[in-house]
Amino acid sequence: MFAWPDPFVWRAFFAAVGLAVVAAPLGCIVVWRRMSYVGETLSQAGLLGVALGLAANVNLTLAVILAAMAAAGMLTLLGRQKMVPLDSALGLMHHATLALGIAAISLVKGPGIDLMSYLFGDVFAVTETDLVWIYVGGAVVMAATVYLWKPLVRLSLHEDLATAEGINPRLPRAAFDFLLAVVIAVAMKIVGVLLVMAFLVVPAVAARPLSATPERMAVIAAGAAIFGVILGLWLSLSSDVPGGPSIVIALCTIAAISLLAGSRRER
Amino acid sequence: MRGMRGAPQGLRRRSFLSALDEQGKPSPDDAATCSCGHHHGHHPERIDVGIVPDALISARGLSMTHGGREVLSDVDLDVRRGEIVTLIGPNGAGKTTLVRLLLGIEQPTHGRIVKPASTRIGYVPQRFDVDSTIPMTVGAFLALGANVTKNDIKAALDEAGALRTLDQQLSKLSGGETQRVLIARALLRRPNLLILDEPASGVDFTGEAELYDLIGRLRDRHDLGVLLVSHDLHVVMARSDRVICLNGHVCCSGKPEDVSQHAAYARIFGPHAATALGVYRHHHDHQHDLTGEARPLDEPAPPGRGS
Repeated sequence: MFAWPDPFVWRAFFAAVGLAVVAAPLGCIVVWRRMSYVGETLSQAGLLGVALGLAANVNLTLAVILAAMAAAGMLTLLGRQKMVPLDSALGLMHHATLALGIAAISLVKGPGIDLMSYLFGDVFAVTETDLVWIYVGGAVVMAATVYLWKPLVRLSLHEDLATAEGINPRLPRAAFDFLLAVVIAVAMKIVGVLLVMAFLVVPAVAARPLSATPERMAVIAAGAAIFGVILGLWLSLSSDVPGGPSIVIALCTIAAISLLAGSRRER
Repeated sequence: MRGMRGAPQGLRRRSFLSALDEQGKPSPDDAATCSCGHHHGHHPERIDVGIVPDALISARGLSMTHGGREVLSDVDLDVRRGEIVTLIGPNGAGKTTLVRLLLGIEQPTHGRIVKPASTRIGYVPQRFDVDSTIPMTVGAFLALGANVTKNDIKAALDEAGALRTLDQQLSKLSGGETQRVLIARALLRRPNLLILDEPASGVDFTGEAELYDLIGRLRDRHDLGVLLVSHDLHVVMARSDRVICLNGHVCCSGKPEDVSQHAAYARIFGPHAATALGVYRHHHDHQHDLTGEARPLDEPAPPGRGS
C-alpha cells in the first residue's frame, strides 16, 4: 500500500532536513549560552521584519535578517542596564516584538498575506527556489559555523579564560547573532516565527544526554533533527496536522525520551 | 618600609625598553610607593619609572573605575622569573580586577602594563563552574584550541597530578581536580608566567596545601614566575617570595614575614593575622594526596618548600 510521495512532500522533506542539519550546531551553542529566549525574541522580531519588508517592498528574507539583527543589538543594550534582570528585559522585548509584528502585519495586510503562515509556517508550500536558497544559504552558514566553532565553544565554556587566551569575544558573538538571524529567516517559512527556536533548541536538548563532547552533541543533534523531520512529516500527512507543528511535536517527543533515558542512566 | 618594596633597589634602574627610555625618569621619591593604608591619589608622573628589567610583567600606576567607583588606584606590580608573588586582600579589594587588567581582558582607566614579547601567560581562572549542559571530557577540553598531541595532554595532566581525569566529564570533577585540570591547560601553553586567581577556592584545607605544593614544584621545575591571588593567608603566605597586600591600592608589600608584621596588614586582616605564618609552620609527618589519603613524607615531596 506504499505510494511514492508527491513532489511537494519531497520538497518539504529536503527543506526541513537541510534546515535541521544547519540549525543543529547553532542550536547547541544557543543551549550552552542559555540563549533560548534571546533566539525566541530574535525570531519574533522577524515578524516585524516581514511587515516592514512588505510595506517597503523589499526581499522578505533580507528584511527578517535585518529585523533580527536589530533586535540582537537592542538586547545587547538592554543587557547593559542593571535596573531589571535580563530575563525580565527579555520578556519585555519578546512580547513587544510579537505584538508589534502582528499589529504591523495586520496594518499592511493585503491580498495573499496570511498571518498564520508567518506564525506557524507552511513546510508543504516550499518551492524549488526556496530549496535552492535553503541549500546555498545553508552551505554558507555551515561553513561559517565550522570556522567559528572552536572560539564559540571556548567562549561558552569560560569567557574570561578564552579572552585571556587571546580570543576577542566580540567578533564570534556578533557573527553568531548574524548566523542565527539567517537561520531564523530561512526557517520561518518552514516552521514559522513561533516555532523556529524549537528547531534549534529541541534537537540539541535531545542530543545532550547522548554526548560526551561538543562536536558529538552537534552531530547527534543533527541526526535527531532529521529523525524528527521524517517522523513529523509522516504524522502531518497521515493525520492532517499542519507540517511545522507536527515536526516540532516529533522533535519534542524524541527529546523527552532522550532526557528520560539520560536521567535514568545518571541514577 | 621602603625596604619592603619587592624590587631590590639595584634593579630599579631606568627602563630597559627603548620606547620607555625617552620618558623614563628616575623615580622622584619612593615615598609614594608605600602608602600605609591611606589613599594617595594618582601619580601619572611615576608611570614607566623604575620598570624592573627582568620582569615578566610590570604594571605601573594602574587605576580602574567601574561605574563611578574607583576599584583600583595607582597600583604597581612586577613579577619576575622564578618568584611567587601573592596578592592578598579582603573581598572587593580589586584583586580579580587587577588580574583581568594584567591579562588584557579589561583596559585600565589609567596606567600601563609592560610585558616583554617573550612573556607567555598561563591563566587559571577563579571560578570554573562548568555548565553541565556543555558535554566536555577533560581530554577534549585540553585539546580545544591548542596545538597539542595526545602525549602532550597526558604529560601536562600527569604533571598537574590529574592524569586519571583524562576521560572524565569536566562538569563532574571535584574542586581540586578542576583546578589541576586548569593548571594542566595553562601548562600546555608553555608559559613562563602563571597567573592563578584563588586557586584554592572550592578545595579543602589539605587539598589546598597540596595545590600550593604543586605550584611551588612547577615554579622550581620550569623557573616560572607565579602570581597568586588569595584572600586566605595561612597556607599561601609562607610559600610566597613576595606578598602584596591590596585594598584598592597597594597597602604594603614585601617578604611574607615583613608584611605579616605590617600595621596596614593588621588593620585589614585583624590582629590575629600576624600569627598566620606560625599557624602554618608546624611540623608535618605526613602529606595528603589528591584524594585526601595520607602518604608518608618520603614519597616525592616538593624540595625544601612548604611543610
